[in-house]
Amino acid sequence: MTRRRIVDRLMTFMLWGAAALLVFLLLAIILYIFINGYEALSWSFLTEPPRDNMTRGGISTPLMGTLQLVVVSMLFSLPVGIATGLYLAEYSRKGQFTALLRLAIRSLAGVPSVVFGLFGLSLFVILLKFGSSLLSAGLTLGCLALPLIVTASEQAFLAVPQDYRAASYALGASKWQTIWKVVFPAASSTIITGGILSIGRVAGETAPIIFTGAAYFTPGVAKSVFDEVMALPYHIMVLATEGTNITLTRPIQYGTVLVLLAFVLGISAIGVIMRARLKQSGR
Amino acid sequence: MKKEQAPGIIIMSISSMGIFIILFILFFLIKEGLPVLKEASLLSIVTGSDWYPTETPPALGMLSLIVGSVAVTILSSLLALPISLFIAIFISEIASEKMRNILKPILELLGFLPSIILGFLGMVLIAPWLQANFTILSGLNLLNASILLGFLIIPIVGSLAEEALSAVPLELRNASYALGATRWETISKVVFPAALPGILSACLLGIMRGMGETMVVLMAAGGAAIIPVSLFDPVRPLTSTIAAEMGETPVGSPHYHALFFAGLILLIITLAINLLSSWIESKRRVRPS
Repeated sequence: MTRRRIVDRLMTFMLWGAAALLVFLLLAIILYIFINGYEALSWSFLTEPPRDNMTRGGISTPLMGTLQLVVVSMLFSLPVGIATGLYLAEYSRKGQFTALLRLAIRSLAGVPSVVFGLFGLSLFVILLKFGSSLLSAGLTLGCLALPLIVTASEQAFLAVPQDYRAASYALGASKWQTIWKVVFPAASSTIITGGILSIGRVAGETAPIIFTGAAYFTPGVAKSVFDEVMALPYHIMVLATEGTNITLTRPIQYGTVLVLLAFVLGISAIGVIMRARLKQSGR
Repeated sequence: MKKEQAPGIIIMSISSMGIFIILFILFFLIKEGLPVLKEASLLSIVTGSDWYPTETPPALGMLSLIVGSVAVTILSSLLALPISLFIAIFISEIASEKMRNILKPILELLGFLPSIILGFLGMVLIAPWLQANFTILSGLNLLNASILLGFLIIPIVGSLAEEALSAVPLELRNASYALGATRWETISKVVFPAALPGILSACLLGIMRGMGETMVVLMAAGGAAIIPVSLFDPVRPLTSTIAAEMGETPVGSPHYHALFFAGLILLIITLAINLLSSWIESKRRVRPS
């Protein structure tokens, strides 16, 4: 075997190693958390609020809080994000506004999550006087999710075949009728997939909500959008770093981590699989 | 005619929201961050290494925080970028269709892993391991946080670099094989250089992600505002400083403005990396395929 062949074999081996490492890493993380966390899991863990300075009880309040945050953030980011995607795909012409919009969306996607937190604090909490609340934290998360939804929906609209539009125009439909009755329905399942994936992203975020609405502890689930909420990721941070008894609550911490991991990876897996199916059927 | 145009105008005005949000972010960071310059000069902030923001008078030197951010970013990139590129090359050049359909979703799912969970693993898994295997006081340090940040960089760089490699036309590979090149020669001398702009842009986005990450460094980096001299020194990057201190800071105090200024520094660096990556990516389009 020449030296060239040996190098080739060696590098191929290392490339296989890198791929194996990737699979191993994800499986190892999931398994480690599952093994350490599943003992804490029970129906009452999911349905009871934390008790006794959070050393006992369950995680119902942070779990509900995370769901509420997801709902508020999506109520903002889905309409705005889909409209922006629609504009970029169907209306935009090459011009300054479009270039500016693309630059803004690209920049937003790179803003560090803690900077979104500072922005949410100044705009929603202080300037608009929403206070530290479900509304402030949800809107901050919504801004963070916006670029994801814009990109996903723009691609969804662009993937609709041009023939559909031509057929609709040929029947005498206006541009808006064509978009609303033809393009939108054809793109809807891909857009829903994008929405699901951004829920997976939003549910695990911690930094943007620390000073916009996440509470160390609340006695119950938020009843209005102006109440503070507990959230799973923040609850993990509190239990692991500043709880009253960090070692005593370790089982609860693992349990909470497992629930968050299952929720986020479950949602994202649904999104990833749905998108793969859609791509296949599209071809 | 007017009625025809109404939906387009409405859609356009809703989409301008994205522009407003990024402008608001810039505006608020400047408005709340710049007043710190009344307390301390720009030079003393970026070159001073004493960070005691709650004392009177406050010491607002951010050098150790900036160095902390840069150190975790560089170390995590050194650890993660080679692995990410290897994974990308494997998926694009070696994996069968079937393996690709498994590996790509796995890569993507790794990217959805909440950073708080990685931070938690840093505390309960990596820190005790580091402490047991090296003679150090605390396992919460620069190395720990960088390993974890690597997990966040791999999926981003891996999937974007894979896209760049897959976009290289098949003819180039075939031509290389026809000349008798081995697969590695084809990859390293033909495919990789052809995809280089896309790969560079992917690496920059990964570095940007590492720089902006908060929870991992907050939980696993140790949090001491010192300039690190070894892998096992604790660090306190800009992101974790903001996250840890903003909650207890009175609105309008010098400390409050200093934290916004830290956010502004962070935003400017990440924005610059982002725009550079976008510029490199636009160069790729020139290549005929």
